[in-house]
Amino acid sequence: MLSQLSSRTHVVREGSPWTGVWAVVGKEMADLLTSTRMLILELLILLTAFGTVYAAAQNLRDQTGEARFLFLKLFTTGQDPVPAFVSFLGFLVPLLAIALAFDSINGEFSQRTMSRVLAQPIYRDALLLGKFLAGLFTLALVLTTIWLLIMGLGILSLGVPPTGEEVARGLLFLLLTLCYGGVWLALAMVFSILFRQPATAALASIAVWLFFMVFWGITAQLLAQSLWPAQPSVPATILVQANREMVLNRLSPNTLYGEAMLALLNPSVRSLGLVLPMQLQGAVLGAPLPLSQSVLLIWPHLTGLIAAIILLFAVGYILFQRQEVRA
Amino acid sequence: MTDVVLKTQNLTKRYGDFVAVNNLNLNVKAGEIFGLLGPNGAGKTTTILMLLGLTEPSEGQVQVLGFDPVRRPLSVKARVGYLPDQIGFYDGLTAYDNLAYIAKLNGLSRREAQARIEVRLDQVGLSEVSHKRVGTFSRGMRQRLGVAEVLLKEPQLIIMDEPTLGLDPEAAREFLELIRDLKSHGISVLLSSHLLHQVQAVCDRVGLFHRGQMVLEGTVEALAQRVLGGAYRIHLEADGSNVETYLRQLPGVVNVHHANGRAFEVESKSDLRAEAALAVMDAGGRLLSLNVEIPSLEEIYARYFKQEGRHAIAA
Repeated sequence: MLSQLSSRTHVVREGSPWTGVWAVVGKEMADLLTSTRMLILELLILLTAFGTVYAAAQNLRDQTGEARFLFLKLFTTGQDPVPAFVSFLGFLVPLLAIALAFDSINGEFSQRTMSRVLAQPIYRDALLLGKFLAGLFTLALVLTTIWLLIMGLGILSLGVPPTGEEVARGLLFLLLTLCYGGVWLALAMVFSILFRQPATAALASIAVWLFFMVFWGITAQLLAQSLWPAQPSVPATILVQANREMVLNRLSPNTLYGEAMLALLNPSVRSLGLVLPMQLQGAVLGAPLPLSQSVLLIWPHLTGLIAAIILLFAVGYILFQRQEVRA
Repeated sequence: MTDVVLKTQNLTKRYGDFVAVNNLNLNVKAGEIFGLLGPNGAGKTTTILMLLGLTEPSEGQVQVLGFDPVRRPLSVKARVGYLPDQIGFYDGLTAYDNLAYIAKLNGLSRREAQARIEVRLDQVGLSEVSHKRVGTFSRGMRQRLGVAEVLLKEPQLIIMDEPTLGLDPEAAREFLELIRDLKSHGISVLLSSHLLHQVQAVCDRVGLFHRGQMVLEGTVEALAQRVLGGAYRIHLEADGSNVETYLRQLPGVVNVHHANGRAFEVESKSDLRAEAALAVMDAGGRLLSLNVEIPSLEEIYARYFKQEGRHAIAA
């Protein structure tokens, strides 16, 4: 019985797909962390972090007495001409993620190391997963470092320690940013499998990023206007159009990230959708939501981002498994 | 252990309508160096990838060291070393670090890996440059580093794809020596190449590959016999009137050419120098010179493709 069982598992697949994952993660992380492009991007992010947070701290210094959630405002306050740190993050994180992954698979082909690595006793799964995890860990490392720096800078410049809720919201914001980066990491990885030239993969990733940054909002608006035309005399049609436009907009990871970030860092945000005046009856405007309610508000956004990561990774996995090893 | 380390049965690989490998039956015995010959695009690399489980066969069976690479790829890959053509390394890493990564993928402990890497780098003569970046290495050095890498997992069988391509003659000679050295350690080698004289220099048996099919297989002598008629050519110079008739009567002689004057060329199935000398004496002639020429693989190859009415794309 037992031997029967074991012989059956051999027919299915031998060994574990996890064999060698950590060896790949270790090697890839070492590569990424020492690469020049990472250094450039880290410097860029650090520079923006220092610049924006310094400007925000100058702005916030006089409010230390009365305002709540000062530390969160550190991320979201901009002072002309310097925009808030979070608005920088919205486009710097994708760039960082793309830079981490655009040559992960095709780089192995162009270096002619792919067949040699796959001839070792590991499955392809281990290579792909290891590379993805290495990118994710590197991203997490960079983001956490910056997060800690900003918090430290905040304590120094504001002179007050953060409250427990501020830290919790900040950590959730960190997780959210990581998921947002993960989507772009997975996308760049798919392109690195799809295209044999790293340059093509990088350009394709950046094209998608630009599309969502600049054009998706316009496209969503045009689509909503043409598919669900609003008649000025019928308020319901206006509502439908606005709602549909919002749904379309939320297909973009940028929108998901922007909305969720807003709700996390600004506790007084009570809804991310349309709010009719009648729904506001009895609400104390401007009163902050408790953390649990804010989390409830962004839950669909967070799961949406994670689902996108899993979906993109699955696409990449299938493509990679079917790929011929010979260059 | 079985005597056969590698065995394929009716192995076939199709890409759409194109048949890359067609009903291949291949046997490699333990401790043998087998040469896979054929022009570019004959299906050699595809065959090798199927042997390692890196590409799935469309049809047929493969057994490598008793394992099926489709079902037990990890067992096969843990025991078989693969040296791909145009071998690549991570140029930014040192020779040592490149090997350390492979050792890790093979599940070796750090201590074990370090010991093995040092031994292998020393064996291929790269221990002095072990902490230099591979980006600075010459092609010959990379190839030797590849051998060191393959030996890390202490394989029973090594598969090499065009290992001497692009090496200068001295590096190629050193490399062939390295292969012979492997054989003396009891490792079987399957080697694909289109550089015929090098294959002939190291291989025990060869298989001639053409359009996805194995058209000839055996030792070089056996192939010569089948393709050229005789495996040996004896050139002799002799005076005498009926030398040719006497030579023709020798057992094992396939053909005798009387080129001009005193020169004869005898094609035979075995080395008949002594017998030929006696025959000249018997004919009452005077033997002036006697020479045997073992046919080259190059000749077999060229002749085969001429016979088949095709153009041989020799190197």
